[in-house]
Amino acid sequence: MTKIYIPLDMAAVAMGADRLAAAVAKEAAARGQQVEIVRNGSRGMLWLEPLIEVETPAGRVGYGPAKVKDVASLFDAGFLTGGAHALSIGVVEEHPWMKRQNRFTFVRCGVIDPLSVADYEAHDGFKGLKRAFEIGSAAIVDEVAKSGLRGRGGAGFPTGIKWKTVADCAPGQKYVVVNADEGDSGTFADRMIMEGDPLSLIEGMTICGYAIGASKGYVYLRSEYPVVAKVFQAAIEKARDAGWLGQNIKGSGFDFDVELRIGAGAYVCGEETSLLESLEGKRGIVRAKPPLPAHVGLFGKPTVVNNVLSMATVPMILEKGAKHYADLGVGRSRGTMPLQIAGNVKFGGLFETDFGIPLGTIVNDIAGGTRTGRPVKAVQVGGPLGAYVPVSLFDLPFDYEAFAAKDSLIGHGGLVVFDDTIDMLWMARFGMEFCAIESCGKCTPCRIGSTRGVETIDKIRNGQDVEKNIELLKDLCHTMKFGSLCALGGFAPYPVESALRHFPEDFRKSALEAAE
Amino acid sequence: MAGAAQYSDERAREIIAAHMGLEGPALPILHALQAEFGYVPDSAVKEMATALNISRAEMHGVVTFYHDFHSAPHGRHTLKICRAESCQSMGAEKQANDFLARQKLEWHQTTPDGSLTVEPVYCLGLCAHSPAALYDGEPIGQVDAATLDEIVAEAKGE
Repeated sequence: MTKIYIPLDMAAVAMGADRLAAAVAKEAAARGQQVEIVRNGSRGMLWLEPLIEVETPAGRVGYGPAKVKDVASLFDAGFLTGGAHALSIGVVEEHPWMKRQNRFTFVRCGVIDPLSVADYEAHDGFKGLKRAFEIGSAAIVDEVAKSGLRGRGGAGFPTGIKWKTVADCAPGQKYVVVNADEGDSGTFADRMIMEGDPLSLIEGMTICGYAIGASKGYVYLRSEYPVVAKVFQAAIEKARDAGWLGQNIKGSGFDFDVELRIGAGAYVCGEETSLLESLEGKRGIVRAKPPLPAHVGLFGKPTVVNNVLSMATVPMILEKGAKHYADLGVGRSRGTMPLQIAGNVKFGGLFETDFGIPLGTIVNDIAGGTRTGRPVKAVQVGGPLGAYVPVSLFDLPFDYEAFAAKDSLIGHGGLVVFDDTIDMLWMARFGMEFCAIESCGKCTPCRIGSTRGVETIDKIRNGQDVEKNIELLKDLCHTMKFGSLCALGGFAPYPVESALRHFPEDFRKSALEAAE
Repeated sequence: MAGAAQYSDERAREIIAAHMGLEGPALPILHALQAEFGYVPDSAVKEMATALNISRAEMHGVVTFYHDFHSAPHGRHTLKICRAESCQSMGAEKQANDFLARQKLEWHQTTPDGSLTVEPVYCLGLCAHSPAALYDGEPIGQVDAATLDEIVAEAKGE
C-alpha cells in the first residue's frame, strides 16, 4: 500500500486538487495499484499546488503542480516509487524553499493528516496540553508571557498579559474566543493552519481555557472560507470523540468544549469588540475600550480574544518551553513569523521564519520577484490597512518596531507585491472605498471620513485643485487616524498616506497630463 | 441557490426553535434560514424578533448589517469575484469590469433569466493564486476571462 498525499487546502482545491485526487484514485484502481490517498494540508509552496507527495523509503517525493492530465504519465513514470518525472521536485523536505524556513507554528501543516488524532499525537500533538495540566494555571500564563508571544492579528499585543488579566478575574463564567475572521487581502495563514493542522488550534484553546478558568471556546470564522468550516468542524468532532474535548478531558477533571461560528461577510467583525457583538447576535459594531474584553467580553464576561496563529502556537511553546521560542527573533519581536507571500509574485506561499529578515530578501529572493516579470513597484505589508512600501525601503528588517518607525506595520505578516503597472492613486482610492463599504458606521471619522476620502481622491484624479485636495486628503487621514474608535478607521489612512508619501507622482498625473 | 425550499412561517419557526439552545443564536439562525430558503424573508425576520424577544426594528438592523444576508431571492447560482488588493495586483479590477460589461451586469445583479448573481468579495485567502473567484462555494484560482464566461454558460445551461 503506497501512501499518497494530496492537499485539501482551499488554495490547492482552487487549483484542482479535488479533481486530481479523484483522478489518481481512479487511475490506481484501473492499474490494480494499492494506494491510500491522504488529504493533507498545504506545505505552503502554493505555486506548486496541487502538490502530490508519495511516501518512499527515501522520504516524501513531491510532484507539482499536477493536473488531471498529468496523472497517467505520473503512473507511467513510476511516481509511486519516486520515479523521475518533469513535475518532480524531489524529496519535499529537501526543497530549498522548505529548508530555509524555521517552521514552528506550521511544523505539522502539510505533513500530517489534519483529521487524524492519532497522526497528530504521533507528531507531538497534545504534549503541550499534557504539560499544561501538570504545571497548572499560573505557570502556564507565566510560560506564555516569557515566550514573548504577541498577537498575530496585527496589533501585536503580548498574549501573556491578556491571559493573565483574564486569569486574575474572579472565578465564574469566562470565555476563550478565537478570531478567525482573516479578512485581509494577502493573508491566508489562519486558513492554512485551520485546514492543515486544526487540532493545534483546538489544543491551544484548551490550554488557554485551563489557564484562565474557562469551559467554553468559540471560533469565529469568516464565511468566505467554506473549506475551512468543513475541515474545522470535522476536527472538533474528532477531538471530542477522542476525549480531547468535552467533560473531564483525559481524566484531568477539566471540562472544555469548542464551538465553530460563521460570520456573515462583514470585514469589521475582524475587530475584536465588533466580533464579540456579532457572536452575541447583534450588529457588528465596535465597542469603545475600556472596558477591555479581558474584563468585559463575550456576554459581559471576562474573555481572551486571540488570533488563530497565536493560539495555535501556544501548544508548541508549552511543549518546548518559553525560552526555546523567546530565543528566536530580534528585539521585542520574539519567535517566528509565518509570512504570507502573495499578489504578483513567482513563488507565492507561506514561509515561516524568525523575525528580522529584510523585506527585499523576502520579495526578490524568496518570492522570486514578480510573476509578470516586470519590476516591483510597491509591497503592501499587513493587509488592506497596511502601508505601501517602496523598493527604496527594502532593507527594512521584518520586525514590529522597525516597520512602525517607518510609519508602516507588519500586521499579520501578509505581503502583496505589485509591479510597475500599478497606479498608486487608484490603490489609495480603493483603500478609502473599502473602508467606506466596510465601516460599521458607529464613529464619524471612519464613516464620513472614508466617503469624503473617495470623493477627494476622485477630485485629484480629475485634476481639480490637486495640491489643495492633497492637503485636504492628508487632513482627513489625520482625523481618521486619531479620531476613529477602532483600527478600521484608524489604519485606513496607512495605505493612503504611504501612497502619497512614496509615490507622489501618481497623484499628480492628471495635472501633468492637462499641462501637456 | 438551486433547489431552495418554499418559504413558510411554520418551517421558519422550526428552524429558529432548533437553534434556541445556543448562546447568541441570531447568526446561526440567519445562516440556517438562508440555507433553507435561499434568502431571509421579512416574515422570517418577524418570527425571529418574536422568538428572541427583541423589536422587529432591532432584528432588521442585524440582518441588514451583514453583507451575506439578502432579503430577496438571488439567482440560482452565485459567482463571487475577488476585488481585494492581491487580486488587483494581477489585474482583477479590469478583468471583472470587462466581464460585467460583457454580461451587461453591475455588481450584486442577477442575469435576467435568474441563473446567476455576481457579487464582489474582498479576499478569499487564495492570494498566491490571484485573481480568484468562488462559484457556488467552489474556489477557483488564477481565474481568467474564459473561465468567467464558462461559468455563465454553465449557470445558464442548468
